[in-house]
Amino acid sequence: MIYLKLLWTFFKIGLFTIGGGYAMIPMIQSEVIGAGWITEDQLLDFIAISESTPGPFAINVATFVGFSQSGFLGALCATIGVILPSIIIIIIISMIIEKFLKNRFVKYGLMGVRPVVVGLILAVSFGLIFTGITKISNIYNISEFDFNKVSIASIIIMVICFVLSRFKKLNKPILLILISAILGIVFYGLFHMV
Amino acid sequence: MKQKLKDLWTLFITFFKIGAFTFGGGLAMIPLISKEIVEKKKWMTDEEMIDMIAIAESTPGVIAVNSATFVGFRTHKVLGALIATLGVTLPSFVIICIISIFYEKFMEIEVIKWAFLGIKACVAILILNAGIKLLKNVRKNVYSIIIIFASFGISLFLPFIKTVYVILGGIILGVIVYTIIELINKKKNKEDVKDNKEIDNSEGEV
Repeated sequence: MIYLKLLWTFFKIGLFTIGGGYAMIPMIQSEVIGAGWITEDQLLDFIAISESTPGPFAINVATFVGFSQSGFLGALCATIGVILPSIIIIIIISMIIEKFLKNRFVKYGLMGVRPVVVGLILAVSFGLIFTGITKISNIYNISEFDFNKVSIASIIIMVICFVLSRFKKLNKPILLILISAILGIVFYGLFHMV
Repeated sequence: MKQKLKDLWTLFITFFKIGAFTFGGGLAMIPLISKEIVEKKKWMTDEEMIDMIAIAESTPGVIAVNSATFVGFRTHKVLGALIATLGVTLPSFVIICIISIFYEKFMEIEVIKWAFLGIKACVAILILNAGIKLLKNVRKNVYSIIIIFASFGISLFLPFIKTVYVILGGIILGVIVYTIIELINKKKNKEDVKDNKEIDNSEGEV
């Protein structure tokens, strides 16, 4: 039943998201896109909208995916799934908080997992940049590289976003999203770039 | 009893506000929590809030929910935890459901399509920046650098290995490796102490 699947999948996602919202993305790619529920393009749309609306990023994404699969009930299942691990774990931890923070195996586990998350997030971003520019969906299909299909517009927008994000005052996701939206309309709509 | 209901309602409303005004992810909540929970309601001290952030960041799950559950539990045990979490989750849930209803029609509009093509490029960079920020903050030793490259490589070139297992592997490997390092250091310290003792003893025997 789709509802149980949503609940379980997002429970897993919530359980293995360590270190905040973006750390969810590798898991979502693997579990949700892997299951064929949404495409990578849709995930990017969801991320963009989730960044622009209030509320925890992770919950926004879960609600979105859940709704896209099975309407309101699906959204409910996915959201409950993603917050359940938090509730359970934190309640348990709250009861043993002192010992938890000082337990050295907990520390070692965390020290071990943080570099993993860094590598995963960087990998996801490299993949997205690669796909966005070359329009090739998988790095293994690199033989399909067609110079004419390369998206110059993507390159320009990515470079602009990256440069702007180096300035503290401009490094706000909503602002960058807005700017790239306008650039998108200009490049793709006005200039008919590809 | 009435006071308890009032308190729970306040807990709910406080986290509802926090959920409704946090843009861009769990950590952005922290200034709001500081103001509402620590300053105004005095349900926690600053030190406790720092503990909470450490725990929220280090435990699995959504940071915002971790924080809400933590504060809710401290003030009103399980019921508090559930109500605070409900509060922080509700704004997101409602807003996104509404957006989702119109999503398909919305995305069929040409201008919107163009805008989102541009936005997709931006999101790739946002994720890149998140990775770079984490890269700057992560402890850098030989082990962690190897792991960063390994997980990066596995994710890109061995995509059939599910992310769950990569993460699990990282946790287990971390425990093993750092425990070994700890044991090696302990041994080294024992030997140093022994060496020093021998020097002390031999000096007496000139």
